[in-house]
Amino acid sequence: MSGKRSIGRFLREHAVILLFLTVTVLAIHPSGLSLVYIVQELITRLGRDSFLVLALLLPIYAGMGLNFGMTLGAMAGQIGLILAINYNLLGVYGLVFAALASLPVSLLMGYLCGVVLNRAKGREMVTGYILAFFVNGIYQFVVLYLMGSLIPVRSKAIVLSRGYGIRNTLNLDGVRQSLDTLLAVHAGPFVLPVATFLVIAALCVFIIWFKKTKLGQDMRAVGHDMHVADSAGVPVDRTRIIAIIISTVLATLGQIIFLQNMGNMATYNAHDQTSFFAVAAILVGGASVKKATIPNVFIGVVLLHALFVVSPGAGQKLFGEAMIGEYFRQFIGYGVIAVSLVLYAWRSRREAERLRDGLRGGPAANGGSQ
Amino acid sequence: MHSLKRIGADFGWPRIIIFLFLVALFLAAPLVGVRVDASLSDVFNRFGQNVFFVLALVPMIQSGCGLNFGLSLGIIAGLLGATLSVQLGLKGAPGFFGALLLSAPFAILFGWLYGKLLNKVKGEEMTIAMYVGFAGVMFMCIMWLILPYTAPDMIWGYAGHGLRTTISVENYWIHILNDFLAVSLGPVFRFPTGEILFALLGTYLMWLFLRTRTGTAMTAVGSNPDYARASGISVDKMRTISVVISTLLGAVGIIVYQQSFGFIQLYNAPLTMPFTAIAAILIGGASVKKASMLNVMVGTFLFQGLLTMTPSVINSWLQTDMSEVVRIVVSNGIIIYALTRKTKVSK
Repeated sequence: MSGKRSIGRFLREHAVILLFLTVTVLAIHPSGLSLVYIVQELITRLGRDSFLVLALLLPIYAGMGLNFGMTLGAMAGQIGLILAINYNLLGVYGLVFAALASLPVSLLMGYLCGVVLNRAKGREMVTGYILAFFVNGIYQFVVLYLMGSLIPVRSKAIVLSRGYGIRNTLNLDGVRQSLDTLLAVHAGPFVLPVATFLVIAALCVFIIWFKKTKLGQDMRAVGHDMHVADSAGVPVDRTRIIAIIISTVLATLGQIIFLQNMGNMATYNAHDQTSFFAVAAILVGGASVKKATIPNVFIGVVLLHALFVVSPGAGQKLFGEAMIGEYFRQFIGYGVIAVSLVLYAWRSRREAERLRDGLRGGPAANGGSQ
Repeated sequence: MHSLKRIGADFGWPRIIIFLFLVALFLAAPLVGVRVDASLSDVFNRFGQNVFFVLALVPMIQSGCGLNFGLSLGIIAGLLGATLSVQLGLKGAPGFFGALLLSAPFAILFGWLYGKLLNKVKGEEMTIAMYVGFAGVMFMCIMWLILPYTAPDMIWGYAGHGLRTTISVENYWIHILNDFLAVSLGPVFRFPTGEILFALLGTYLMWLFLRTRTGTAMTAVGSNPDYARASGISVDKMRTISVVISTLLGAVGIIVYQQSFGFIQLYNAPLTMPFTAIAAILIGGASVKKASMLNVMVGTFLFQGLLTMTPSVINSWLQTDMSEVVRIVVSNGIIIYALTRKTKVSK
């Protein structure tokens, strides 16, 4: 009731966000970067990363936790881009081709991921994470050994000198920032990639609309309580698979947007940290394993990347070692994920204990009828 | 026929398939010009080098904490012990055992804190363990750069501070176990007797421990926490003990690994080590909830055998290095198999 209590509650609920803001603000000065530079970096990174982070939303609604299996979608997107470069398709046309070409792979990957996760109910996150490693092996097999030998590759420029396998780094010159510059608006000292923002806005509209459909409602019912949803006639397994398929396809598109902004692609590593950055971002933005909103995504991307932009410079200045900043941001990323997962598990366990005590006529039931 | 099916069920089909694959690799080795004796020597060596990591997983599986994806915390404790031992200039056997002793306080402290944490998040241990481990490794990356180590063998020459990525233990305690009573047969085959004996000793001690009062109580906590609580066992205490032991063994594991490998690897190196150990114990037939010494032995042997033989045989045969792909697919495939085998997680 009192103002003091609600302030305490506010601090607790937004502890992660506040901590991030504080550290970032403190690091701005030692980093030596101008505010204009930082803001421009954030605008760029909002365009680059938001789509990928939005891909996490549906599985959270469906109660499947953070979809570490989104990496599967990212790999599908990279295969699409390799094909687009192979046929030398340029600009937005190349991106659209990459998206369409990766769609079948992405659908298949999403289905596979959904089926596996349905067999691992209650430990979706760790299973999804390992599944990403597993499929990474298959991806390497296909791209490093099959492409150029069994799968014909037309462009000699992207093949390793030994005659098969794709080069370690691909130059995406043909499609570089083609979406970002399609409709670039100069506002004062800043450049806004309006076309990319429009695509992201369209995805937000889709997610808001989707939540209102029958399928979206089913998904939330499954996420709330699988058994109740099942008794109510919702096809639980099917709904979960659909959530993962949509998430995977969105991750595919997200990775294509991400890479067109970067302008080159580390063929065998570009997807390694996709889920790490996306998951860290959404958690920093205030989401939990069970609950996430669209604002969480954008707050998270801004906060996480603000810290990432300033930390190398600050590390160099404060410790005389740029690597410290690099390690520091990875530590922060992993740490944020760990802390959020711990807080969530802790809270839900306390909740469960409170309910059980209530049933047993414990303190929560106020001395029941025994 | 019936019994064959039963053997399959008892032994686990993935384990049988991998065993047959390994046998096939050994049979194919001479045909593609790979020396079987050299390969066998490698397999034994790597078995001793890795078995402690796998053994470290047993207590936590038994106490119901699941697969220890946070084994890197124990590995970090071991790295601290090893670097301190080198810093103090300890050589030979005192260096090796000094490293073990110096790492123990860190391992106990990390394990105790980590165990307390896992007690608060029952049911979600594995994902959280993984990220706690990752965060720990990254935190230590910063620490390796700023801790005040001074031994010239360990720090960057030009900067004058900060530990190197790999530190050779050649002048300290390289092969201290491997060379103990080592038996050489022919020009290349060398049996690392000391290392294998040390591994067998560790396994035997674990076997004994699981049969003590505490060990039995730990297993009871893992198989039925409510029953254990009803019979007066403190569930949280048992789980914490299991995590501490696991972390300690992780520290022992990395030091045994280093004396055989010859280098202390710092920074990102511990990041993926838990996954290899987990794949090994699962190949050995352990599940998320149950593991035996046999699982440890068979699993380490099969997995390390596979890791040794695939590069040499497949590379000589196909003239291309596919070992990395085989390793990734097999090790992660087996972890997924184990995670999806039982659909329900128990508390």
